[in-house]
Amino acid sequence: MLNSIQIIPIEYYLVLSSVLFSIGVLGVMIRRNAIVVLMCIELMLNAVNLLLVAFSTYLGDGHGQVFVFFIMVVAAAEATIGLSVLVLIYRNTKGVDIHQLDQLKH
Amino acid sequence: MELIFFFIMAALSVLSALSVVFAKSPVHSVLSLIVTFFLLSGQYVLLNAQFVAIVNLIVYAGAIMVLFLFVLMLLNLKDEAEPQKSNLVRLSVTISAGMLLLTLMGSLRGVMAIPPPPPQSATVGLVENLGKILFSDFVVPFEIASILFIAAMVGAVLIGKRNKEKDSEPLTTF
Repeated sequence: MLNSIQIIPIEYYLVLSSVLFSIGVLGVMIRRNAIVVLMCIELMLNAVNLLLVAFSTYLGDGHGQVFVFFIMVVAAAEATIGLSVLVLIYRNTKGVDIHQLDQLKH
Repeated sequence: MELIFFFIMAALSVLSALSVVFAKSPVHSVLSLIVTFFLLSGQYVLLNAQFVAIVNLIVYAGAIMVLFLFVLMLLNLKDEAEPQKSNLVRLSVTISAGMLLLTLMGSLRGVMAIPPPPPQSATVGLVENLGKILFSDFVVPFEIASILFIAAMVGAVLIGKRNKEKDSEPLTTF
């Protein structure tokens, strides 16, 4: 299985991960549904995970993959809290449009 | 052969990530995101990271996305299309995201000097090796992660609890 590392240059993974991260940023800025915004944040976290795994494998060091594990733990906790906050917001405003959520300004 | 697999999975994952952003209904976004996670797990297998691949499938595609889908069904959003931002905002957002991509690409130009992998690196991603690292170097963060999970669980219950005096009928007491 080592030969796949020798065949695929690491730059390919870096390019793929930056493309996925930029798509996540685009989604966070362009969508108005708060649930989709949360999903785009998950996409950005996964792009970083891919980068960490690629470097960990190419350098022969397992610490990066343990970091991926911790990123997944934090992402799971974040999704739980974020979604329950969204349910609460939906109960109060009957919607998850982020343009209605600027009440802290007024 | 591996190169072909890589390119197929990379192209499909970029396409499904774009469909997460541009899908009309949020349910389609969730499903595209699940497809993206499966393809990323394929990349992890290609990178000899079997443990991360399986955990990615179980935690992300299995648990987190089901949570998203569940909340989406629970909220039961209206069928009419989500209001779009104005065209000027969309154009400027697209341009700035493209410039971020260009900046990332430019900053990645210096990484060609990665040395070739040492011969023992085929076992880096296996459960045994990662478990040794996790439970020797990272024991304290591992335990703190459990505290974080308990805090998240209790917080989610507290946040999601219905406000009694505001919007529910009086509870029947024993």
